[in-house]
Amino acid sequence: MSSKVKLVVIGNGPVGHNFLEYLVESGQSNEYQVTVFGEEPLPAYDRVHLTSWFKNQDVADINMVTDGFYPNNNFILHSGDKVTQIDRARKLVTAESGLEVSYDKIILATGSFPFVPPVPGHQRDNIFVYRTIADLEKITAAAKTAKVGAVIGGGLLGLEAAKALMDLNLKTHVVEFAPRLMAVQVDDGGGAMLAKKIQDLGVSVHTQKNTQNIGDGDNAVHKMSFADGEELETDIIVFSAGIRPRDELARQAEIAMGERGGVVINNNCLTSDEDIYAIGEVALWENKIFGLIAPGNAMAHAAVDHLTGTGSSEFAGADMSTKLKLMGVDVASIGDAHGNTPNSRSYTYVNDREEVYKKIVVSEDDKYLLGAVLIGDAAEYGSLLQFMLNKMELPSEPEGLILPSVDGSSAGIGVDALPDSAVLCSCMNVSKADVVEAVQAGACDMAAIKSCTKAATGCGGCTALVTQVLNNELEKQGVEVNTDLCEHFAYTRQDLYNIVRVEKIKSFDELMQKHGSNSEVGLGCDICKPTAASILASCWNDHVLDDKLHGLQDTNDYYMGNMQKDGTYSVVPRVAGGEITPDKLIVLGEVANKYNLYTKITGGQRVDLFGARSEQLPLIWRELVDAGFETGHAYGKSLRTVKSCVGSTWCRYGVQDSMAMSILIENRYKGLRSPHKLKMAVSGCTRECAEAQSKDVGIIATENGWNMYVCGNGGMKPRHADLFASDLSDADLIKYTDRFFMFYIRTADRLQRTSVWMDNMAGGLEYLKSVIIDDKLGLASELEQEMANVVGTYQCEWKTTIDDPIKMKRFEHFVNSKLHDDNVIFTTERKQIRPASAQEKTAEIAIEIS
Amino acid sequence: MTITSSNFTQDKQWFDICELIDILPSMGRCALFNDKQIAIFRVITPSGTEDFYAIDNFCPFSNANTLSRGITGNLDGKTVIASPIYKQHFDLSTGVCLEDESVKVNTYLVRLEGGTIQLAA
Ligand code: SRM
Ligand SMILES: Cc1cc2nc3c(=O)[nH]c(=O)nc-3n(C[C@H](O)[C@H](O)[C@H](O)COP(=O)(O)OP(=O)(O)OC[C@H]3O[C@@H](n4cnc5c(N)ncnc54)[C@H](O)[C@@H]3O)c2cc1C
Ligand code: SF4
Ligand code: FES
Repeated sequence: MSSKVKLVVIGNGPVGHNFLEYLVESGQSNEYQVTVFGEEPLPAYDRVHLTSWFKNQDVADINMVTDGFYPNNNFILHSGDKVTQIDRARKLVTAESGLEVSYDKIILATGSFPFVPPVPGHQRDNIFVYRTIADLEKITAAAKTAKVGAVIGGGLLGLEAAKALMDLNLKTHVVEFAPRLMAVQVDDGGGAMLAKKIQDLGVSVHTQKNTQNIGDGDNAVHKMSFADGEELETDIIVFSAGIRPRDELARQAEIAMGERGGVVINNNCLTSDEDIYAIGEVALWENKIFGLIAPGNAMAHAAVDHLTGTGSSEFAGADMSTKLKLMGVDVASIGDAHGNTPNSRSYTYVNDREEVYKKIVVSEDDKYLLGAVLIGDAAEYGSLLQFMLNKMELPSEPEGLILPSVDGSSAGIGVDALPDSAVLCSCMNVSKADVVEAVQAGACDMAAIKSCTKAATGCGGCTALVTQVLNNELEKQGVEVNTDLCEHFAYTRQDLYNIVRVEKIKSFDELMQKHGSNSEVGLGCDICKPTAASILASCWNDHVLDDKLHGLQDTNDYYMGNMQKDGTYSVVPRVAGGEITPDKLIVLGEVANKYNLYTKITGGQRVDLFGARSEQLPLIWRELVDAGFETGHAYGKSLRTVKSCVGSTWCRYGVQDSMAMSILIENRYKGLRSPHKLKMAVSGCTRECAEAQSKDVGIIATENGWNMYVCGNGGMKPRHADLFASDLSDADLIKYTDRFFMFYIRTADRLQRTSVWMDNMAGGLEYLKSVIIDDKLGLASELEQEMANVVGTYQCEWKTTIDDPIKMKRFEHFVNSKLHDDNVIFTTERKQIRPASAQEKTAEIAIEIS
Repeated sequence: MTITSSNFTQDKQWFDICELIDILPSMGRCALFNDKQIAIFRVITPSGTEDFYAIDNFCPFSNANTLSRGITGNLDGKTVIASPIYKQHFDLSTGVCLEDESVKVNTYLVRLEGGTIQLAA
């Protein structure tokens, strides 16, 4: 051990942690005896996504450390212990706990702290900053008794803090010293548009306000007094007036510092002491502090490379372009947004109706892009950024890049033209070459690209561009991105859906005749027929065995049961919300006994009866329907179950009646045919016994209503659902769910669960919210109408079928005999039937059940 | 095998199986014939002609009597049935499996005579 290099990492924020990850990746970590100090009580968490902590108030959501990372790598982590001194002469680090650790090398990753201007009154209670989980905990607690909140500082972080205050149900104000919001990133025009949009959302924006005093309020906790004589009363104040590097250790140890603070580093991230590196927001490179994560990570890389000698990357500055969504408003700033370059030209596009502002700054000769500001619509961010970063020549009329195109196509960039080295995703430092390589290694959709390159998993701003590169690459490889449904239709499922809706097509034959690829000879196949059946059902909701539809159904839908491996079917009656009376349970037992069916409680809170031969199905369902059961659609690509917990009626923790809600929504959406199956769940409180966060739509009760989660999945590739909206009323919950399902049905691919649909959605969750909640596409009422039609035309497929004597004949196994399929042979196990194995069948030990 | 003309195989003896209406358009049904389970399909082409096919009902991939319950269609110019369990396709004219040509099910002679569907022995 003594031969190892003693390495002390001070600061366990995102950059300090990523340094350790890179050290492990370098393969050299065994050469070091690593000790890490972190002042915060928790191991590293993702500060960039700090605001997501509010969602569940659970650190796990933003935790950066994989299980066992520190112990497995023999890294010693002291959380909650702040380093108070670096003794360079004795090569010793001292911590607040009294712990002393000697070092050979130090990595200084202490980050920065929020600057609080020394306004009189700034030390009063109920005044906060927005930097750590501890800060958010304090804000949350204070908000419980507060009505009004004000953020001082209208920059990027200030607006994020304002959003948090809004979400805490406070009347929210943003107070900015400069004449516009986001003064660093956007110009006057952009700032004005941004302010307008944010005010539309209910936040009051006050610019050119210099806070001079904070004192007691008359109607609220504080009164802020401004230089212009105006006043503002508020219960909570959050300062977000910029950051300052946490350079106190370096100052005390007399390491070279910048005039206005920050620890000076060179391209290898070495400080003036050659045994001490500084990385992240504490570091000053060419007189600049970089307040973003990507440059911090690049520094961490450079430091690992230099320290271990395993690589040669150097820190060479960073592009500070940003794209984000603030309160649902797209904001992007690229390069020289203010047009400070001498002789530069700029082109601006302003659309007051849509509240869009776009500006590009180009070189004198119109050849190169220098900067851009986009507010309200940042679709061009990816391509503009690439033009700038790669110094690509602009098209002859560069303004075309931001003007809305007449034919709807985007001028943009041909991704082919991008050099391999172009960084597509700056958060995760993924280049075009990385994406291309991943595609060559077999990744063929966005979900796969995300998991193997990490591209688009940070801020998400690069999703559209990465998708374009992916598709372009697939095309080139001849993995023809053939989106045709099958040889019979040169359309995607989404296209066909629209065609069916718009042309009011009611049958497969009509669809084939009008739109089939080769309609003179085409019969369709087992891909397009069930797809068409599903689309027709989503649109018109006719019975599955309707004359023009039955031939399209997969056997499960045709027999309204799941075919098992021996050709028998399962019977699953609906048990909405899992609630069932004893009498009904008895009926299930009696029916199972009478027909000798294998009985099992499913993973979906209901009962499955297995081993029914096709001719038994109508008899069994007759009895079930008479007893008040309906089909459970266990066979359909449609709503399966709404899992529930018992909720406030019985449970001592329940805050809403989750049973009533689950029964209501199960009955509302039962029978809804969709691209893939749909599952829902309702939990009565945050303990989440119904596992709602693993469902397509999950609902969790809150004190004030319901939190709605979307696009979760159990199954093969589990995905936690995303929080979509909070504290909804019953009516809003239903409204959003209606819209959500119908939008999914309209736009998803065949057999694409909502989880995969979301992972492939350009714009992701925010986009989905803008469509469903803000009605950005103006579709909401149409979607609601469509759902109302489905709900209004529901019928129990089994009930309708058994009432029709002609349809009953189809269930006989033989068209010309009443005999049974003699290959269906059961044996008994644990007192119930099961299909006999091939050996058992030949050995004739099985007993035939008839 | 498509047989629509009655004088094609004079040496065969034809047996009535069921009425035309017992098999719905573009669907299959299973018939019991000489102790064998035979899947009969009624395929209607876009030009309106009705073709009949007969193959084993037994699916060699799932070892279950299920082929009559698959979806009919065409792929690559061949009229096929998709196995309802594991979705392999069988050419209805030859019985050959499209995914694995070494697997083949038997085909049988079938025709429509008047309103009656017949199999030949
Ligand atoms: C019966 C049941 C297992 C049980 O004995 O408990 C079951 C049985 C089947 N599941 Fe399941 N799943 C059952 C609950 C689940 C659950 C749990 C749940 O819903 O809470 C999951 C994970 C949750 C999810 O879907 O996100 C589940 C994930 C799957 C998947 C993987 C889906 C995915 O997106 O990854 C499949 C395969 C598929 O759909 O492509 C599948 C497919 C199937 C099929 C349809 C396979 C098949 O084609 O034969 C099985 C049909 C059995 C039958 O005849 O009824 N089953 N299956 C459960 C029926 C619940 C019900 O009452 O309807
Ligand atoms: C709300 C919010 C949103 C943001 N959004 C974005 C975004 O969208 N995109 C983006 O690129 N960036 C964003 N950032 C900035 C990003 O979080 C920072 O760039 C990043 O956290 C810097 O990492 P760091 O490790 O250098 O510093 P920090 O995250 O500050 O971590 C330093 C750690 O060191 C600890 N420490 C300090 N001194 C000592 C000591 N003496 N002993 C022991 N421990 C010590 C601190 O307590 C802290 O835990 C955001 C920041 C915030 C607060
Ligand atoms: S886990 Fe697999 S085997 Fe079990 S029920 Fe689900 S699909 Fe069938
Ligand atoms: S650029 Fe932020 S995720 Fe790719």
